[in-house]
Amino acid sequence: MNSVAIPQTQAGNSPLRRFSNLLYRRPNLYLSMLLVPPLLWFGAIYLGSLLMLLWQGFYTFDDFTMAVTPDLTLANFAALFQPSNFDIIVRTLSMAIVVSIASAVVAFPIAYYMARYTTGKTKAFFYIAVMTPMWASYIVKAYAWTLLLAKGGVAQWFVQHLGLEPVLQFVLGTPGVGGSTLSTSHLGRFMVFVYIWLPFMILPIQASLERLPPSLLQASADLGAKPRQTFMQVILPLSIPGIAAGSIFTFSLTLGDFIVPQLVGPPGYFVGSMVYAQQGAIGNMPMAAAFTLVPIVLIAIYLSIVKRLGAFDAL
Amino acid sequence: MRSDPKKPASEKQGDQASLGLKIAAWGGLVFLHFPILIIFMYAFNTEEAAFSFPPKGFTLHWFSVAFSRPDVLEAIKLSAQIAAIATLIAMVLGTLASAALYRRDFFGKQGISLMLILPIALPGIITGIALLATFKSFGIEPGMFTIIVGHATFCVVIVYNNVIARLRRTSHSLIEASMDLGADGWQTFRYIMLPSLGSALLAGGMLAFALSFDEIIVTTFTAGHERTLPLWLLNQLSRPRDVPVTNVVAMLVMMVTMLPILGAYYLTRGGESVAGSGGK
Repeated sequence: MNSVAIPQTQAGNSPLRRFSNLLYRRPNLYLSMLLVPPLLWFGAIYLGSLLMLLWQGFYTFDDFTMAVTPDLTLANFAALFQPSNFDIIVRTLSMAIVVSIASAVVAFPIAYYMARYTTGKTKAFFYIAVMTPMWASYIVKAYAWTLLLAKGGVAQWFVQHLGLEPVLQFVLGTPGVGGSTLSTSHLGRFMVFVYIWLPFMILPIQASLERLPPSLLQASADLGAKPRQTFMQVILPLSIPGIAAGSIFTFSLTLGDFIVPQLVGPPGYFVGSMVYAQQGAIGNMPMAAAFTLVPIVLIAIYLSIVKRLGAFDAL
Repeated sequence: MRSDPKKPASEKQGDQASLGLKIAAWGGLVFLHFPILIIFMYAFNTEEAAFSFPPKGFTLHWFSVAFSRPDVLEAIKLSAQIAAIATLIAMVLGTLASAALYRRDFFGKQGISLMLILPIALPGIITGIALLATFKSFGIEPGMFTIIVGHATFCVVIVYNNVIARLRRTSHSLIEASMDLGADGWQTFRYIMLPSLGSALLAGGMLAFALSFDEIIVTTFTAGHERTLPLWLLNQLSRPRDVPVTNVVAMLVMMVTMLPILGAYYLTRGGESVAGSGGK
């Protein structure tokens, strides 16, 4: 008894030991010690900054002196609804929606094949093959597309050698889609967005299909459904949460982007490029702050919609 | 539950994928990798001014040109320093947050985990301009320090996701056993928790490094006059005469960001959803 007690009392006397005993007896103290550094960082730096930004949205920008004064006004937010600014919002929003839909269409077969027809090594291969482009440098991917779409670049070479030039000219001639060349067209910009955000769509769909119990498909077949019917009435509805989860990324990332619109596509501001221009060249931080409210509000609305589709369970 | 890459064979359907599905799936993979291959291809192109296709010839000449350019080396050094420091901060904060959140339920827990995810869930432009507005109003000159603050903020969640996934799989009784056997808090952390967290921490750290090394949107706002490698690249795009050097650096950045995901995959495989799949 004695021989056991000695090391314990020694250990009990060491400050470190007493400290860990204290933490064990007071789990709340332990918890708050763990939480204080990250909370301080995020509370002070991140949330503080967001509030500061929002607050500055109410400041006044003087057009003549180009100076910002802390007189509170709603003029910046009202200016968002001026036709020129509203156009920017509509342009960005419609691109985000179209990109999300197209990503889902392109991603679905990949995710479906991954989830249902691959096992073991092939599945691991698909995982890595989707994950590497997702993590590969964003700016380099955008750069790669400027090379691809450039005059005399890869895309043009393929179009020429496949004899598709008339088709390309026709598509580029379509108003609202085209432009003078691929790299200055809406179509080009759209392709780059779909490419860059595609992996963010594949993985949630794949995860939701992976959770689909095979017995459901067997039951559907037993009840006489043709493969197409099983797909339309069982598989597709059950993959909606995954599609919705993926679309959160494609939607939100497109809304805030200002690098791709700058590199590819016709002139004309996106919300992101407007924010950038307002704070940078013009120095109108209040207007920039008001503009950042646009993606925040749109994303909040979007999240409340996809929440009903079960997107959060599929994240 | 977990989406294990290796499903039991019984779950696999007897039917075969239709040809159209196979083409769409494999075609999608080709689509995802084609632009990356283009970058690798052009880095070795002999041609100087243009990006014509097909490439004219093979050379390593541009590598030596790129690595003797002081502006390239400066940018690489700056980006590596920033990524290293931001990763370190993120590893400390992310580990603390995951240790606090993985077991106990308390008021505000949901809010805290939401707050950690927010910097990567909201578009980077919001984080960037919010930080800039704050730095400006406190009179802090944008520079390396402000870049690090921004990067660390959105890197925390990467480490947090990796570590908390591992903590959830580690049995808590191991920790209790260690304490019962007389280990103090530090010893338990050092000899029990750290070995089981090690690979998850490393994976999270590698991904955080890659994310920081490549980040451009937040950085545009917080960089001031500093020029990280992605900012250097963006600036290069308006200088068509420099294309060969740009191509070489682009390939380098591509590799720095792609290799960590491979490493992280092998470190965390067989576990909960693979590192990095929860969104960048």
